[in-house]
Amino acid sequence: MSKRATREAFGATLVELAGEGVDVVAVEADLSKSTTTAVFADAYPERFFNAGIAEQNMIDVAAGLAASGKVAFTGSFAVFATGRAYDQVRNTVCYSELDVKLAPTHSGITVGPDGGSHQMLEDIALMRVLPGMRVLVPADFHAAREALRVAAREPGPFYIRLGRAAVPLVHGEDFTFELGKAYVVREGADVTLAACGVMVERALAAAELLAADGVSAEVIDVATLKPLDVGTIAASAAKTGAVVTCEEHSIIGGLGSAVAEVLGEHVPVPLARVGVRDVFGTSGDPEELMAHFGLTAHHVAEAARAVRARA
Amino acid sequence: MRTDAFDLAAVETVATRMRYDIIEMVAAAGSGHPGGSLSAAEIVATLYFAVMRHDPADPADPARDRFVLSKGHAAPVLYAALAEAGYFGREHLVTLRTLGSLLQGHPDSKKTPGVEVSTGSLGQGLSIACGIALGLAPDRADERTVYCLLGDGECQEGQVWEAAMFAAHNKLGNLVAIVDQNGLQIDGACTEVMCLGDIEAKFAAFGWEVTACDGHDVAAIADALARVRSTPDRPGVVVARTVKGKGVSFMEGDAGWHGKAPSAEETKTALAELAAALEAKGVSL
Repeated sequence: MSKRATREAFGATLVELAGEGVDVVAVEADLSKSTTTAVFADAYPERFFNAGIAEQNMIDVAAGLAASGKVAFTGSFAVFATGRAYDQVRNTVCYSELDVKLAPTHSGITVGPDGGSHQMLEDIALMRVLPGMRVLVPADFHAAREALRVAAREPGPFYIRLGRAAVPLVHGEDFTFELGKAYVVREGADVTLAACGVMVERALAAAELLAADGVSAEVIDVATLKPLDVGTIAASAAKTGAVVTCEEHSIIGGLGSAVAEVLGEHVPVPLARVGVRDVFGTSGDPEELMAHFGLTAHHVAEAARAVRARA
Repeated sequence: MRTDAFDLAAVETVATRMRYDIIEMVAAAGSGHPGGSLSAAEIVATLYFAVMRHDPADPADPARDRFVLSKGHAAPVLYAALAEAGYFGREHLVTLRTLGSLLQGHPDSKKTPGVEVSTGSLGQGLSIACGIALGLAPDRADERTVYCLLGDGECQEGQVWEAAMFAAHNKLGNLVAIVDQNGLQIDGACTEVMCLGDIEAKFAAFGWEVTACDGHDVAAIADALARVRSTPDRPGVVVARTVKGKGVSFMEGDAGWHGKAPSAEETKTALAELAAALEAKGVSL
């Protein structure tokens, strides 16, 4: 499986959109090379605005651009674009329902050596509770590209969670991102593995491990965290009777919580949450960290066996 | 609405009538922010009735100038101007802050015709205005102007200075900020709560065109706005010296009236004072 980082889709897709006549602009906060918005800046310098190291201003300048009719994307890292500028995202972007599309990169622990200060593990939780905010967590490069296109096309605020590390491609180039749809990427009967982002590939690997034990796992790519595809998740849970959520995010407030809400209200079956367990990240190699925090295929398979025992 | 040779006396009268409306609506609501609304009456009246191009019949007119009330708690002064201009009927004014009203406690662009963007969380408006100014005039030559009204206390928010830097760096000549310098904030005098130092020098240091004026003199305000707007490649700021609570004797210069509604008795006194001021201008209610 070839690998590409989801962040690589950012600048390149903005260039495509501009070329197609979308009135797209980008506001960055001194991280254009890391986020790849520099690619867009090179192609369309008059549509790119660097706020410098000033994330709050970045979000509100984007809001103003949106108020004047532009489709405004913002960069920076997930930790700053959501955490440092939360009030701007809430009170200006969401409260005014503006066409601001936050697509920060460097989410999760796969940021690696920069350590806990830069590894955002609470962003899905923060964005998910905001009225009107749509939250997309693409699993690979192709999904990221399509998620960015969906965000540009649909009016209103979006959060697109992008990552730093190169990750395997799980979807084909022809993947179409449908807003609000969860994709059953592997059918199964005994347990549901609901995953998002970089964990989709790991859930698929876990399904292979489980198959070797004679356990048939269904894998769902929950590419849209909000609005959540309640129907697909509930139907799978009803079929398999046990669910594991898999996310490179805190187990509080993210996919695990979102699925728990669905199960609690619709299909009360046992649930196990694989994710970062209410702690900050730490420095290390991305793969090392995924093992350290229990986010490997083996951890997912183990959680699946345990949750089935409770079914 | 812009008139090249505007009727000074008419704008002054409108400002006083807006004060009357501010007291009436805050009293009806039983809460709200009279002090910083009253201090900005001439500034907002001058913008809406002498300076800005806008069409109440078509709030989305692409040719309009834009106004961002960064000090969103002064919503009553904006609502009074919008009602006066005809964006909505005057009967809405007394519904301020009630369930289902067009007129929220702080400006809400989703609910109120004529409100460009929602504000209320201080420190954000100038950044939003920067974005609008960029979006309107990528070549900086556009005639449309973005006006943004800030409080002086609000300038304690660091984001204001992020925006100040951004506007100068991007040569936003179509951006004009006005600081309603009434010198008071909720906890007391700005100099005592958190001294801002020299606001004019600060903006000048960031590369802005800066001027100051009497914020209750409509001719001086209009003149100052025109002066700072005339530099095509620099944003401009007018530091308008005002009195918090202006026009109501017992509210003037008292930080206690930042966010409190007058009692029935106080309302009667305030409205009588403002009615007298209107009568002195030859206007009867």
